[in-house]
Amino acid sequence: MSTAVETQLDLEKIRASFPALSREIHGKPVAYLDSAASSQRVEASLQAVDRYERRHHSNVHRGAHTLSAEATAAYEGARATVADFIGASDRNEVVFCRNATEAINIVARSWGETNLGEGDRVALTVMEHHSNIVPWQQLAERKGVEIEWIGLSENSQLDLDALDAALDKGVKLVGVTHLSNVLGTVDPLAEISRRAHAAGALVMADGAQAAPKLPLSVTDLDVDFYAMSGHKLYGPTGIGVLWARKDLLAEMPPFIGGGSMIKKVTQEGTTFADPPARFEAGTPPISQAIGLAAALRWLQGLGMDLVNAHEREITDYALKRLAEVPGLQVFGPAPSVDRVGPVSFVIEGIHPHDVAEILDRHAVAVRSGHHCAQPLMDYLGVPATTRASFAVHTDRSEIDRLIEGLLDARRVFKL
Amino acid sequence: MDELYRDQILEHYKRPHNFGKLDEYDLDFEDTNPLCGDEQHVFIKLDDDGRVEKVSFEGQGCAISTAATSLLTDELDGLTRDELLQIPKEKVLELLGIEISATRMKCALLGLKAVKGASLGASADWDDEGAPGDPGESESL
Repeated sequence: MSTAVETQLDLEKIRASFPALSREIHGKPVAYLDSAASSQRVEASLQAVDRYERRHHSNVHRGAHTLSAEATAAYEGARATVADFIGASDRNEVVFCRNATEAINIVARSWGETNLGEGDRVALTVMEHHSNIVPWQQLAERKGVEIEWIGLSENSQLDLDALDAALDKGVKLVGVTHLSNVLGTVDPLAEISRRAHAAGALVMADGAQAAPKLPLSVTDLDVDFYAMSGHKLYGPTGIGVLWARKDLLAEMPPFIGGGSMIKKVTQEGTTFADPPARFEAGTPPISQAIGLAAALRWLQGLGMDLVNAHEREITDYALKRLAEVPGLQVFGPAPSVDRVGPVSFVIEGIHPHDVAEILDRHAVAVRSGHHCAQPLMDYLGVPATTRASFAVHTDRSEIDRLIEGLLDARRVFKL
Repeated sequence: MDELYRDQILEHYKRPHNFGKLDEYDLDFEDTNPLCGDEQHVFIKLDDDGRVEKVSFEGQGCAISTAATSLLTDELDGLTRDELLQIPKEKVLELLGIEISATRMKCALLGLKAVKGASLGASADWDDEGAPGDPGESESL
């Protein structure tokens, strides 16, 4: 028996934990390089969902019977797992919702609607996914809130001077992605929080891309709101997480009304439950929460430091190999800078959609388009990019197949 | 030769016909494919009888959408607004002369949609094709 400390992931074993990776496309094993859009499901999560649905399902909370008690324990246990995974001090700061988009909408609808009014400012980075833009634009429309945009410095990093300039104008909230879904830029959240808080602003961090790739502590990052999605964490769709500081949640009104979010309902009116129940109206996504928790425990079993090291290694390898393709331009920070994950690029003379089509013939799954980040596309001056994104299971041979496919695309287009 | 990216398609992609903005036009419409961010803006000049005299387009698109619109705009001279609205999708597919998969159908038809939009003065719409059921039912994974 080996007693050596593991310093590297056992990639073969990890790949065997993802049933979808055995799928063949056009007679070739799939090289799934689209995990930034949605990750494949890990066996541990599939099994947890299956066990729950076959044996333990019932509605949660207030049930006197055994099945309901089991379902409640599993659902609330999932909340505790999430709190542990993200380094939250209190599981009641974890609100389950549908996805990261809904998490941000809860903040905009509940906290934003209550605390922001005519002339108040929200600062957003040009790197944001539409999920951290549109809810604030809708709020701006309803309440007369103004939006300040923070651009990038050289090397595709957030321009912290522009952040300071926005904060000087009296911003109430900064919306910032922890990891850009296009550029792979890691934003220095702890530093952003420090500056925002010094100026009296809160920080809404979009962790959809970061959570599967970075060791995470919302406590150390000192953000105020953090959003993530289960299906980008090797778990099911239909489950997301809003983490928010307890004192903020306590003051926030509910966003959706209904069952489970009340203390007492009479003909005259309703008093609302304490968080997190206040924000979980109706029967929640129970099996999805259980599936998410199982995926998170699987990741914790690997160790997020090792996961992160692997993701950085594979990103560096992809950047090195992509540099060999003639006419190819990569966006985002240089390899020496803090970047991990998605790599977006364009090839001169071939539209990204055609690149993706030809890669599919090689069973290499990538995404083409604006990646729900149109303001960033405008900022970069391109209508679309092709994006390859990686996961804990990505191996070098898949990157090699990506490169072969790209060289083939150049041949097809007679370049 | 490549099945999809035939010489004719690549030729129209690299050097599209009727590309650019008309100096004078009577009808125009910009349509987008929100899935991939493709945009095409169609410009149409009508003669005194209300028939297409000149047509052009500009925008950003993939090989399929650019070639389709390039080919289509070669075929519109002399048509009335009503006749533009009657052009069937099959016409574009016939002009392309290649097998278009479900995922590329929106690309192939973007230009036609913009032409109809210009004729209508509003977004033309048609139902998206979809397949009912579970992919696993008909296909062993």
